[in-house]
Amino acid sequence: MPDQHSHPTTLTVNGERHDLVLDPRVSVLDALRDRLGVTSVKKGCDHGQCGACTVIADGRRIVSCLALAVSYDGAEVTTAAGLGSVGALGALQEAFVDRDALQCGYCTPGQVCSAEAMLAEAEAGMPSHVTADVAALDPVRLSPEEVRERMSGNLCRCGAYPNIVDAILDVAGERGLA
Amino acid sequence: MKAFAYARPGSIAEALELAGDGDDTQTAYLAGGTNLVDHLRLGIARPDTLIDLSRLDFGGVEETADGGLRIGANVRNADLAADPALRRRFPFVSEALLAGASGQLRSMASTGGNLLQRTRCVYFQDRSTPCNKREPGSGCSALDGYGTYNALIGASEHCVAVHPSDLCVPLAALDAIVHVTGPGGERAIPFDQFHRLPGDAPERDTTLEASEIITAVEILALPWASRSRYRKVRDRASYAFALVSVAAAVDVADGVVTDVRLALGGVSHKPHRARAAEDALRGQPATPAAFEAAIDAELEAARPGKDNAFKVGQLRRTTVAVLTELTQTEGDRP
Repeated sequence: MPDQHSHPTTLTVNGERHDLVLDPRVSVLDALRDRLGVTSVKKGCDHGQCGACTVIADGRRIVSCLALAVSYDGAEVTTAAGLGSVGALGALQEAFVDRDALQCGYCTPGQVCSAEAMLAEAEAGMPSHVTADVAALDPVRLSPEEVRERMSGNLCRCGAYPNIVDAILDVAGERGLA
Repeated sequence: MKAFAYARPGSIAEALELAGDGDDTQTAYLAGGTNLVDHLRLGIARPDTLIDLSRLDFGGVEETADGGLRIGANVRNADLAADPALRRRFPFVSEALLAGASGQLRSMASTGGNLLQRTRCVYFQDRSTPCNKREPGSGCSALDGYGTYNALIGASEHCVAVHPSDLCVPLAALDAIVHVTGPGGERAIPFDQFHRLPGDAPERDTTLEASEIITAVEILALPWASRSRYRKVRDRASYAFALVSVAAAVDVADGVVTDVRLALGGVSHKPHRARAAEDALRGQPATPAAFEAAIDAELEAARPGKDNAFKVGQLRRTTVAVLTELTQTEGDRP
């Protein structure tokens, strides 16, 4: 009802279900960090511009700062911690380590979540701004130019971009996308 | 952020009932949230009630009987850009979507919400400065302030802001139809009549009436729009709003332009359909000289300010380049 200011909200985070009661102003980002203690998602600009807060919600990459948690009631959310763990890193996490694709590391959780979903988009044939001819419906081959364009929503203030691109291309190659 | 009540209606009828006859200062509709949630946080949008439409099923991308497409308002920008029918029939619509925002934002943002994006004029977003769009009667800071992104065509003494959407530029070229449902029932708004010029009421971006909900955008069949292109000029190679953009579709027979659709982004308070250029070009040879004469006919209406005069030459060069590329290869799309 519109006169209520707290709403039962369920989020399943990295496979674990959480039942919350939330003010509708709470973002998915703040629900994760402040209510659930999930710190494997970072707050950068809080305006949808930097990509640090990227998570995968129901299979789609989103900036969790612009997502109201009440609107995502029932969603399955994956953060960087859901892509692997120490001793059992996910493929992208392993590649970021191998390629030294970070300096301070603050943008890295968002980078790997964004990259994971981006590779799925490429596999599904989603074109990009640098696709030569969108009408051709060609399968996607990820070049460095393609990775840079598709990852442009994730800023890295340290400027680790060359190694980030290399790390993502390593995994794209393993998955037959490069 | 100001407190608000939240409701997630299960139908359009229920949403309209919740909205009542309230104006948009009392209620706001939520879809993808990429613009609205930011404005809630900045205090630019201050509704009492937020009505969440994001789970209403307005349909996907469907082919219409006449060979056009009907796009449900909740189709996400990323899904629309990837749609095979859209890419084959209206490639410049897909190109425009892909030129906008970032992968994350495109996977959140809705079709209906894209039409309702508010200007990125820096003063509109900065509550410490006067802005007639944000606070009617307070004045326009952009008139004498930072003016790189200011409008060239159709501005008023009250507002020089431009519409930020990429998607809307080819939709203007295509004479798309915006389907809406409101307390008074359903109606279909021609695209050119959906957005408005600022005049003395810049706080109103569109001609939507109180509580009306966008349910779909319809693109009518235009077989020769398979030869179309969208080009965006911006300060960065990716993830930036347009300085200017050009959406063009052209039909050529025996070296003569038989028909053309042209719309410009980054130049006006609404996506700008370049009808003077279209009229000047129809029946002319498909040559760079004719393209330049056509865009010059359109740009006679330009009123550049101190910071944005460069956009005139930028529009001329970009339009000539796009039309030249589209027409230099006979048959297949270049």
